[in-house]
Amino acid sequence: MALSVDDVRRIAYLARIEITPGEAAEVQRKLERIFELINEMRAVDTSGIVPMSHAQEVSLPLREDRVTEADRHELFQSVAPAVHDGLYLVPKVIE
Amino acid sequence: MSQEALSAASLAELARELAAKRISSLELTRGVLERLDALNPALNAFVTVDPERALAEARAADARIAAGAGGPLTGIPVAHKDVLMTAGLRTTCGSRMLADFVAPYSAFVVERLAQAGMVLVGKTNLDEFAMGSSSETSHFGPVKNPWDLACVPGGSSGGSAAAVAARIIPAATGTDTGGSIRQPAALTGVCGLKPTYGLCSRYGLVAFASSLDHPGPFARSAWDCALLLNAMAAHDARDSTSILREPEDYTRLLAEARGARPLSGVRIGLPREYFGEGVDVEVAAAIDAAVAELRRLGAATVELELPAVKHSVPVYYVIAPAEASSNLSRFDGVRYGHRAASYADLTDMYRKTRAEGFGAEVKRRILVGTYVLSHGYYDAYYLKAQQVRRLIAEEFARGFERCDVVLGPVAPTAAFKLGAKVDDPVQMYLNDIFTIAANLTGVPALSVPCGFTRAGLPIGLHLQAQHFAEARLLDVAHRYQQATDWHTRMPALPGCRAP
Repeated sequence: MALSVDDVRRIAYLARIEITPGEAAEVQRKLERIFELINEMRAVDTSGIVPMSHAQEVSLPLREDRVTEADRHELFQSVAPAVHDGLYLVPKVIE
Repeated sequence: MSQEALSAASLAELARELAAKRISSLELTRGVLERLDALNPALNAFVTVDPERALAEARAADARIAAGAGGPLTGIPVAHKDVLMTAGLRTTCGSRMLADFVAPYSAFVVERLAQAGMVLVGKTNLDEFAMGSSSETSHFGPVKNPWDLACVPGGSSGGSAAAVAARIIPAATGTDTGGSIRQPAALTGVCGLKPTYGLCSRYGLVAFASSLDHPGPFARSAWDCALLLNAMAAHDARDSTSILREPEDYTRLLAEARGARPLSGVRIGLPREYFGEGVDVEVAAAIDAAVAELRRLGAATVELELPAVKHSVPVYYVIAPAEASSNLSRFDGVRYGHRAASYADLTDMYRKTRAEGFGAEVKRRILVGTYVLSHGYYDAYYLKAQQVRRLIAEEFARGFERCDVVLGPVAPTAAFKLGAKVDDPVQMYLNDIFTIAANLTGVPALSVPCGFTRAGLPIGLHLQAQHFAEARLLDVAHRYQQATDWHTRMPALPGCRAP
C-alpha cells in the first residue's frame, strides 16, 4: 500500500491538524516508512483469533447510579482559553 | 551522614536516618534542591521545580515524623514525570500545548505518594506526551544522559531516569506505554518497574494509549522500587481498569533470610528471540554474565521460544497511535491548553491550534492512528493488530507455564548519541523491540542495571513475570543486586563532587 500526499492531506483534515503544502511531502515520506514497518504484521495468520482490546480480561465494573461529583465548573474552567458566564467560547458556528 | 552519602543512600537508609532524627526532611530536601540546581543546567531533567512547596512539604513531613506518625517514605523527596497531574504545580507533558497548564487535581499515584509523606520537588522532562524513546522531543529541550552528556537518557521518562541516576533525587515516578520506564532506566543505570496493568491507577495520568499506559517507580534498587510500589498500588474506582485485590507487601520475599543459593527453585526463561541478531555484542555479553550470576544464586534456566514477539513493534504502532489519536482529540483549544491566536472558523481554530501545539512526532502518531481507524482500514489494521496482540499474550502465557521469570536485554544497545535517530522514526521505534510485549500483555517487567559498555554506558537486564508476580520479580532482582554492585555505580558529573 502506498500512501499518497492526498491521503496525508485527507487524514490530516480528519485529525484536525493543519499541514502546510511544504510539510506534506516530508510527512508522507515518514508515514510511509512507518507503514512499511506496520505492514509486516498483516501477513500473520489470525483466522479465528478473537481481538484483544485490553491487557486484563476483566469486565468493567458498574457502580450505583447516583451523583458522586460536586459541581466544580469554575475550577475546571479556570484553565480554559476563553469562557463567559460558565460557557466555553468558540468561534460562531451558526449564523 | 554527609550530604554526599545521603544522596547515595537507599530509601530504607533514608527512612532510618529520618526516624532516628539524625537528619530532617528539611535538610534532605535542601540537599536535593542544591544538587538539582548544580546539575540540572547540564541534564535538563526537570521541567518545573517548586522549592517553596517542597520545603513546606518537608516541614510537614518533619512534624509528622516528630509526632510518631511517619511511614517508610515520609520525608523522602520524589519527582514526578510531567505527564502525571499535580494540583497547583504545572503539568506540561513536555508540550507547547500544555506549556502553562496547571491541573485542577492530582493523579492517583501522586496522591498516594503524598499521603505516604513523600516531598514533591518537581516535575521531570520527557518526550512530548510520553511518545518517544530518547527524551529529545520535549518542548523544553532534550534530556542528557548523566553517564555521557552527548548521549540520550532513553525515553520517554528520561528526566526521571536521569534525575535518579545523577543522584539528584532518590526516587521518581514514570509512565510506561511501550518501554518508557524500563528503557531509560537501562540507559541510565537505575531500576525501573512497569507494574501489572491495572495495579497502579491511571487516574490523572494524561492519557496516551489507555490500554497500554502504566505508571510505575524509578529508584536505584529493587528494594526501593518495592517500597514505592507498596504506596502506589491500590484500587481506585476512578480508573475503570484498576484491579480490586488485596494489598500486598512487595518487600516480603526480599526480606526473607536465605542461604547462599537464594534463588533455588526459581525457573528463568531465556527466549531465543531475545538473544539473537540485532543485540549489540557488549549488551549480549552483559546479559550472559547476568544469567551466569543468577545460576550461581540457584536459579534454573529454561530455553523458550516466543516467535510472535517479533510482531510486537508493528502491532504497537497500530494500537498505540490509534488510542493516541482518540485520546489527544481532547486538545482542541477549547477547554484547556494552547489556542491559536488567529483563525477563520471553528474547524480552522482546531487545525491551527493542534498544528501549533503539537510537535512533529505527536502529529505523526495522531495521523497514523487516524488512518488505521478510518473507514475501510479498521479491520486491516486495528482489528488485525488486536488479534496479533492476543497471539503474543497467549504465547507469553504458555511461556510462563514453564518458567517464573522471562529474561533478556531491555534494549538492543546502550545509550545512543543525541540526534542520532531523530530523523528516522522507525529506528527510534525499534529501541522498544524487547519492552513492548509487556505492555501488550500487561505483565510486570523490571529493568535492572547489569553492566557497562567499554565506553562506560550502562546496560539493563529485563525481567518479566506473570500478572501480579511483582514480588517474585523484585525478589530475583534484589538477590542479583545483593551479589553485584552495578546499581551502586555513579556517573562522574562535571561541576559536582561525586557522592
